[in-house]
Amino acid sequence: MANTNDTIIELIDVSRQFDENTIAVDHVNLSVRKGEFVTLLGPSGCGKTTTLRMIAGFDLPTGGKILLNGEDISLLPPNKRPINTVFQRYALFPHLNVYENVAFGLKLKRMPQEGKKPAKLSKAEIDKKVKKALEMVDLEGFEKRSVTTLSGGQQQRIAIARAIVNEPEILLLDEPLGALDLKMRKEMQIELKEMHKKLGITFIYVTHDQEEALTMSDTIVVMSDGVIQQVGTPIEIYNEPKNVFVADFIGESNIYSASMVGKYKVKFCGKEFDCVDDFEQGELVDVVIRPEDIKMVPYGEGQFHGRVTSVVFKGVHYEITIMRKKNEIIIQSTWAPEVGELIGMRVNPDDIHIMKKAILSNKYDGYINKKNNVCFGDGEFECDVTQLYPGSFVDEEGYLITKDGKQIDLTDVEVNVEVGLHDIAMSDDPDEGGAKGHIISIIYKGDHYVYIVRTEENEEDFVFDCEDLWNENDLVSLLIPKDKIKLTLVKTEDEE
Amino acid sequence: MKLRFSRKQLCIPYAVFLICFVIIPMLIIVYYAFTTPVYDSLGNVTGLHFSFRNFLDLFQKNTDGEYVRLANIGRSILIALATTTVCLLIAYPVAYILAKTGIKKNYILLLLFIMPMWINFVLRINALKELLNLIGILKKNNFWNYFNTVLGMTYDFLPFMIMPIYTTLIKIDNSYLEAARDLGASPQRAFLQVTLPLSYPGIVSGITMVFLPSMTNYVVSTMLTDGKVSIVGSLIEQNFLNGQWNTGSMLALILLIVMFVSTWLTGGFKKDDAAVARGGTL
Repeated sequence: MANTNDTIIELIDVSRQFDENTIAVDHVNLSVRKGEFVTLLGPSGCGKTTTLRMIAGFDLPTGGKILLNGEDISLLPPNKRPINTVFQRYALFPHLNVYENVAFGLKLKRMPQEGKKPAKLSKAEIDKKVKKALEMVDLEGFEKRSVTTLSGGQQQRIAIARAIVNEPEILLLDEPLGALDLKMRKEMQIELKEMHKKLGITFIYVTHDQEEALTMSDTIVVMSDGVIQQVGTPIEIYNEPKNVFVADFIGESNIYSASMVGKYKVKFCGKEFDCVDDFEQGELVDVVIRPEDIKMVPYGEGQFHGRVTSVVFKGVHYEITIMRKKNEIIIQSTWAPEVGELIGMRVNPDDIHIMKKAILSNKYDGYINKKNNVCFGDGEFECDVTQLYPGSFVDEEGYLITKDGKQIDLTDVEVNVEVGLHDIAMSDDPDEGGAKGHIISIIYKGDHYVYIVRTEENEEDFVFDCEDLWNENDLVSLLIPKDKIKLTLVKTEDEE
Repeated sequence: MKLRFSRKQLCIPYAVFLICFVIIPMLIIVYYAFTTPVYDSLGNVTGLHFSFRNFLDLFQKNTDGEYVRLANIGRSILIALATTTVCLLIAYPVAYILAKTGIKKNYILLLLFIMPMWINFVLRINALKELLNLIGILKKNNFWNYFNTVLGMTYDFLPFMIMPIYTTLIKIDNSYLEAARDLGASPQRAFLQVTLPLSYPGIVSGITMVFLPSMTNYVVSTMLTDGKVSIVGSLIEQNFLNGQWNTGSMLALILLIVMFVSTWLTGGFKKDDAAVARGGTL
């Protein structure tokens, strides 16, 4: 853990809520050391940009506080913070030339003087600093150029020069390479890393590109849904992902549902394996194996085997897909077998990463409506209400008659709803099912996909398995068989 | 048979229109401006001959020794300047508030400012006239006459100033402001150094849209001052009504040049992004 003296910025329990239903950042705790290169990594909408904007001062936290060198800066306006930002679309002032853009901050700066009022920087000092900053980004001699005539890469460099010329304590970079083409991006990654070394200041970098994060960072903070999923060095994040989300987001991986069959023994793909993680016997877990950690051996010599279904050449390596019964196994290797060949495979016990299953079933708060349907997750589903009272039945008028003959009107009765991961199906007709939403996440698990569908209104999530591949962001409706909805009564004061 | 048009052929109607309604009338104005009629002994016009007399007439003094026409042009420019300034001072804050406040329905507010434009202009000025009469400052004296003229024109042209400024302001990316704040600018400084310069095209566009018409719109001054405040528009009208087409044409030509110069001064002819962004000024 970071030494507190070393810590430059600290986020303590920081939240940002936009309105009742949108929480962009949810109780985030993070501490960054001086001179560190930290990357906030996550898919779009995960809260990484909002976190950065709160550090810059463009957004104010609705909860928690931000400490800079131990001082609370949560409510300080951006111009009072010794922090500068490189914006996603550069935000270079179009009415100013390159020199004026870079000098913008310097002209506003007041240097403290001993015994006197803080003074402006002289023209010569500004000239010198601007020149140095432009040299730093390899654009010396561009002073008089209009920023609108520059290429994307050059604008990017000017944006960096404009920020670092102020000698900030922290430099924030909001997806700064997003608008550049691949080759340019790779070059800038290396240049940024070198610049970080030369300047020695703290960089906080936001990106959704996992490769970029792995290449540049000292520390990666993986975020999703406004929550930090894992903090660690690139190697830790890659080799020891804390959960399926991180594993899937960082690099290619084989993910399987598994169960613990004994001490240090896990079963997946229909086979038992030795492993190094200790979980309780019988526990349902997820297993992650990186494609490069599976070794191919001649048929018969492996721990398990399968048939090669495809081989794709990727430049440095081949990507080989092997089917073992219904499970798909992806392998990266520098040599490739023939398609159709039967092949054996081996995995080292410490390359099998085991993690607790994040969710075992969907749970909601719901209520029964007039039609004796249950409403939950922004939708209405047919259900069997008789399960609430064992031995009961529904009469012609829709009242529930208990086995003691008591008549109950179920309208507006609050219930707990539970739906299993295998009990939800999707339809592309948005009005067919009881609720509808967009697919926000798809994780492949060898023989099936795990989907998360989120409704629009209250952002309720439905998590379930499905064997078919759909597309992310598809609008789907959700079908749940009547008998698969488990209902239990919520204990309220009226109940005996 | 298939009818086929090339792109060039599609231009023909526009070219015909431009020639008939822009080029030819222009040439006629120029022709009249530099000619004077020749009369026969009975006072009938028998022909026109080339002369600069119409131009020199501008510098003619009346019987009281005043340069009436020159004064008229000067007066028009001053009234137009005053109207433009007042419009700008009112319109910028309005446009700024409309563009920057987080009110979701701000287009309704904008509509309230724009709607007077849709009501008949004569009706509006008449209403204003009654109102001024009620207050008791209608045709009271010279000062109030000028005041009322500027007031009437401001009332009339304000939407033309608000619209272009509002349009440029809402287009300014918020990240420019954030960048300025990030680099150490206070909110006031960020406004002065970023928002204001970036909204300059809208201001220029607004100025052109207000300054030019307010030089010639004599209806306001005629209705509100009974012609006590006479601007170049009414002078032209009088000349044409009295059959002095040549003098009227010269005045029209002078006005054209004044407008040309003012447009040029505000950078309306520059072919930069800014001019394109505001849809051009001409």
